[in-house]
Amino acid sequence: MSILQTIWFGLIALLFAGYAVLDGFDLGVGMWHLFTRGERERRTLLNAIAPFWDGNEVWLLTAGGALFAAFPPVYASVFSGFYLALMLLLLALILRAVAIEFRSHESSPAARSRWDAAFALGSTVAVLLLGVALGNILRGVALDAGGNYTGTFFGLLTPFALLVGVLNLAMIATHGALYVVMKTEGLLADRARRWAKLAWGAYLPLAVLTLVAAALFPHLRQNYLAMPALWLLPALALLAIILTGVWNRAGQPGRAFVASGTGIVLLLAAAAAALFPSLVPALNHPAWSLTAHNASSSALTLKTMLILASAGMALVLGYTIWVYRAFRGKARWDEGY
Amino acid sequence: MDAVLLARIQFALTVGFHFIFPPLTIGLAWLLVWLVGRYRRTGEADDRALARFWVRLFALSFAIGVATGIVMEFQFGTNWARYSRYVGDIFGAPLAAEAVFAFFLESIFVGVLILGWNRVSRTTLWVSSWLVAIGSTLSAFWIIVANSWMQTPAGYITRNGRAELQNFWQAVFNPSTMPRYLHTVDAALIVGAFFMMGISAWYLLRDQHVEVAKRAFTMALVVGFLASLGAAGIGHWHAVQVANTQEPKLAAFEGLFETQTHAPLTLFGIPDAKTRTLRAAIQIPHALSLLVGNTAATEVKGLDATPRADWPPLLATFFSFHLMVLLGLYFMAFTALGLLLLWRRRLFGNRFFLTAALWSIPLPFLATQVGWMAAEIGRQPWAVYGVLRTSDAASNAATVPAGQILASIIMFSLIYLLLFNTWVRLLRRAIHHGITDEAPVRIDDPGARR
Repeated sequence: MSILQTIWFGLIALLFAGYAVLDGFDLGVGMWHLFTRGERERRTLLNAIAPFWDGNEVWLLTAGGALFAAFPPVYASVFSGFYLALMLLLLALILRAVAIEFRSHESSPAARSRWDAAFALGSTVAVLLLGVALGNILRGVALDAGGNYTGTFFGLLTPFALLVGVLNLAMIATHGALYVVMKTEGLLADRARRWAKLAWGAYLPLAVLTLVAAALFPHLRQNYLAMPALWLLPALALLAIILTGVWNRAGQPGRAFVASGTGIVLLLAAAAAALFPSLVPALNHPAWSLTAHNASSSALTLKTMLILASAGMALVLGYTIWVYRAFRGKARWDEGY
Repeated sequence: MDAVLLARIQFALTVGFHFIFPPLTIGLAWLLVWLVGRYRRTGEADDRALARFWVRLFALSFAIGVATGIVMEFQFGTNWARYSRYVGDIFGAPLAAEAVFAFFLESIFVGVLILGWNRVSRTTLWVSSWLVAIGSTLSAFWIIVANSWMQTPAGYITRNGRAELQNFWQAVFNPSTMPRYLHTVDAALIVGAFFMMGISAWYLLRDQHVEVAKRAFTMALVVGFLASLGAAGIGHWHAVQVANTQEPKLAAFEGLFETQTHAPLTLFGIPDAKTRTLRAAIQIPHALSLLVGNTAATEVKGLDATPRADWPPLLATFFSFHLMVLLGLYFMAFTALGLLLLWRRRLFGNRFFLTAALWSIPLPFLATQVGWMAAEIGRQPWAVYGVLRTSDAASNAATVPAGQILASIIMFSLIYLLLFNTWVRLLRRAIHHGITDEAPVRIDDPGARR
């Protein structure tokens, strides 16, 4: 087991966490899009995410590309195994992406409403599917000796996977609503505060329930039993989630949003810690599991990629911070297009 | 239908549709550097209007390029799992590098370019236009690296039942990377230039926004001419590389059945694989040998040098290649004529030429499509030339059955049809709205209802 394989396991988790936190807020905004009232509120909501959503989505492409480069068999098995689910995810992502742009060019209110619906529906479906996918990875799937998924599409819809999917909906809805509270003012911000409260009311119990359910799987418990310090991760995640709700009620949206982002990262860290070194546990035959040991690229590829990724991501973080600063402050309806 | 064929159809459909947009946005991005740069210099209202108008058309096209690009990144895993396992050690890296070094750059600064007009300085806008252009051109680099490795694999060793990386730079700069990259970027400039010429011509024909339309037309004409000349030079370089590294592909391009010196260049013909002859051939004697090796004595390998089972499909490869060349010649002639008219000061009064410019908009798109068809069909029956057959590259048919692929083909066809219609409709709307600073959509909302 080389250190490079461990590093890449961590980096993949980090890239997905970056995606969840960053694209999470604009996906979450999408989930609330139809709950706004009137054209101005919708325009404000879109302007709040317009300069950022595209860059945020690149985190998913980067995570996917990095997974392909570092762990090709995992990329191949998961993407072919979850075929129909992924096609639906692609459909959802395509629709929401073009809806954001197209809507701004439409003059008829009816056409705008259609794209609004596509944006909201696409965002919601994408969040649900990504959660269900993670649930399946955690739970493990049926693989053959060649790493091919041997189950069916409906075999992916187990109670635990659906639970993670619903948790993801509540989590991202909370995150998105808090972003709206932070980036807008007046009636819209008030309404978003209530959205956040509502979503958080589901988020906290779902998070507790999911953690308990996950702990019932022996293979997810293993690392935690061997290394009790890991329990800090889910514990701190719950603390962050509680603070999210507390700060939202206290009218401190900035803090609540940071707490929410922290909660997302910690939950994913807890999941990664439970999986390690597995990337796809094989339910039927544990020895066929795809792990960081048996499913990685060669040491040369991992090393080259590490150099490229470190240099590249440093640049990316630099100009990402710059653009968030350039568009800081409250979003307004009459800015942009 | 069998799953491999369906997977190929799906890939062709999704990549073909996707590739309508990147060449356009790469080409337009460089033209925008000039337009935004001019606004930065002058600060004039009409320069601002012109730049914002083109940013608007750019944004519409960019959005679809991004949305349909996600599909491509996923598709190797969904439909080509065996391919992904076999070459992932090499092929995944350029895809990841593309995201890290290019997608982030263009995606983040495109936001500034579209939305920053009342927020950031003119210089920041201009720098953003540069970064968008550089980002999109870099993303072309990494994706061409990946594809070129499939054409002329290098820097790898077959070990542990897969292709493993041995030398990163040899894999990146494999024999076909540079000619194909420059050819692709050059083609993108032609696409962008003809798009800008055509739409500017529409305004000139209607006597609207005449001053700014002339400005954009002239710049696009110059870029289009230089890029068309470049396409001939780079195209030649690329063809020589194909002759040296992928003999059956060049033979299929040219319909050359027999290995020979003094090989002729085929202008037209119908290759017949059964009789191994080129029917209705119109050829220039010796010319192919001359082009490939600078002397007529150069031996050019024909299809007879390759086992029949390893021939690429002849008709599709031959005709897509020849159509591309023909279109390339048209672009050169058209832009040269345009420059001549411009020099004689007869360009903007020439309704015939302006109408031709308008109707020429789709042609460079067609040229890039058939160019890629020639490149990809010409590589068959290999997924990775000489290393992995396409039939061994698809996902396990039990995991991804043909029915599921068919269902997703139908899904993509419908959604892409919708996207294409909407794109054309909204482009027309934005064009009818005019070259103006003002957004095409006015929000006259009576305020939020409680």
